[in-house]
Amino acid sequence: MILPFIWMVSTSLKTPQETFIPPDFFHLRPTWIPDKVVFSNYVQAWSEVPFPRYFLNTIFIALCTVSGVLITSCLAAYAFAKFDFPGRETLFVFFLSMMIVPQAVYLVPSFIILSKLGWVDTYLALIVPWLAQIFSIFLLRQQFRTIPNDYYDAALIDGCSRMGFLWRVLVPLSKPTLVTIGLFSLLGSWNTFIWPLIMTNSDKLRPIQVGLSYFAQEQGTEYGLMMAAATFCVAPIIIIYFIAQKQVIESYARSGIKG
Amino acid sequence: MTKHSILPKTRISKRHRELLRALLYISPAAAIILVFRVLPIVAAFGVSFYYVMMGKIVGFAGLSQYLMLLSDSEFWNALLNTTYFVVGTVPVSLFLSLFIAVLLNQKIRALGLYRTIYFLPVVTSLVAVAIVWKWIFHPRLGLFNSFLDAIGLNPLMWLEEPRGVFALLASRMGIELPAWMGGPSLALVAITITNLWRGIGYNIVIFLAGLQNIPNEYYEAARIDGANRFQTFWRITWPLISPTTFYVVIMTTIVSFQVFTLVYLMTGSPVGGPLGTTKVLVYYIFEKGFESGGDMGYASCVALVLFVIVLGLTLIQRRLIERRVHYY
Repeated sequence: MILPFIWMVSTSLKTPQETFIPPDFFHLRPTWIPDKVVFSNYVQAWSEVPFPRYFLNTIFIALCTVSGVLITSCLAAYAFAKFDFPGRETLFVFFLSMMIVPQAVYLVPSFIILSKLGWVDTYLALIVPWLAQIFSIFLLRQQFRTIPNDYYDAALIDGCSRMGFLWRVLVPLSKPTLVTIGLFSLLGSWNTFIWPLIMTNSDKLRPIQVGLSYFAQEQGTEYGLMMAAATFCVAPIIIIYFIAQKQVIESYARSGIKG
Repeated sequence: MTKHSILPKTRISKRHRELLRALLYISPAAAIILVFRVLPIVAAFGVSFYYVMMGKIVGFAGLSQYLMLLSDSEFWNALLNTTYFVVGTVPVSLFLSLFIAVLLNQKIRALGLYRTIYFLPVVTSLVAVAIVWKWIFHPRLGLFNSFLDAIGLNPLMWLEEPRGVFALLASRMGIELPAWMGGPSLALVAITITNLWRGIGYNIVIFLAGLQNIPNEYYEAARIDGANRFQTFWRITWPLISPTTFYVVIMTTIVSFQVFTLVYLMTGSPVGGPLGTTKVLVYYIFEKGFESGGDMGYASCVALVLFVIVLGLTLIQRRLIERRVHYY
């Protein structure tokens, strides 16, 4: 399972001459451990195209998306879980039904809509459509519903505002679910590819994955450079994964059972 | 008297206020969902009835583009390739992930470590996965061929091999298969292997969660009754895990039908090669809608066919889960 990762890192540390030696699978050197370890691939890949810019783009988009998703999901999930209004279930089921539509269906019309708005090739196109996620609303509504309505009634009688109840009671009691949503949203914006590929074309807006794909396509046979770029593009998310791996895996497990 | 006339009135206005308040809270999410989900889906239906060139509507088509699909050999090729990909992915992924999950569920040491490693590819970006695996499948310098070479087998062309895997196998045994029996190209199989590697960790985690819901007493009872491992699996684990199995099968199928990034980055040029044997539905949509001439009406037709397939599978899942037997 981890051989591809080892192969990626070991290639990234090889000189171009070494990458052109056909590997011998059962020999540690030079297949798995380079004869001559060099870091020049990293330096060159990092500076050859504006990777720092791509990283900043992705971090900016991810921060906006994650905070936006958390806010819109909390508000909507609160209304769906605690307010009693006509058409609540119908509207909720309607939202849920949107989840099964494949991305390929709304890709083409989304492009048309974004170009009508004049948003194609702007940050808006990369952020705004992702500020609400139906699955997050669903997860959070399930969580809010486990908190007894008595709390809600008692808080209102004690003079707590409805907004106050959301931020002071529901949100602190729902931290694991909010972490789940935040993680999904973060992973989603870090790894997203098709959407920014279609919705942007200028280099300065490119998020990391699109930048990486163009870089790899332009390299031809410079495998060391390609692997170095791939390594530093996956490194941040792998570090986050190792730090929070329990939360990440439990988040996925939970989403599967409930979905 | 006045009391009676006031009461219902306040109740109505209270309900109205509650509705307005709810809509206010929902509106940020709802606005985005309406503009960027609902509207595009409606628009996809609409656009599929028009001829579009370079992103501009040039005439009303009615159903004629759907009829064109029927005789579009490229569409059928893409549908066939996608089906090969799905059929290659789902059973293998199901078998491997359930097998590994059952092994990991035996209170083994370092379970966390194994789980972490199997799950690692799931959080890795598809772009990086595609780039690394294209390098692994390199015909001369790749890992796979060096492995085949090391165990004394002939190297293969992998992503550059348009011949079907069944045809390749048969030709090694000296049999010539007719073209329609050739099966998916080796290139498509290489992409399927990459996809399996990337996705298996998710299914393992889902299965592990399902396995942990099976009460331990059943296994103890089976052990006391002298059941062997094989019997325990088929009589206890398999029936009790069936809801999870349905979920895994349907989700893997739905996700696999939408394969795009791996094909886009691992094949080419042109993408979908060699000889169009890895061209899949979503890539065909992308190609029609954005690459060649911006024929977005026709692209939407293909997208809606994909939607119908996914919708059908979801409905089947609903049915099966509703009918599932509750064993405990």
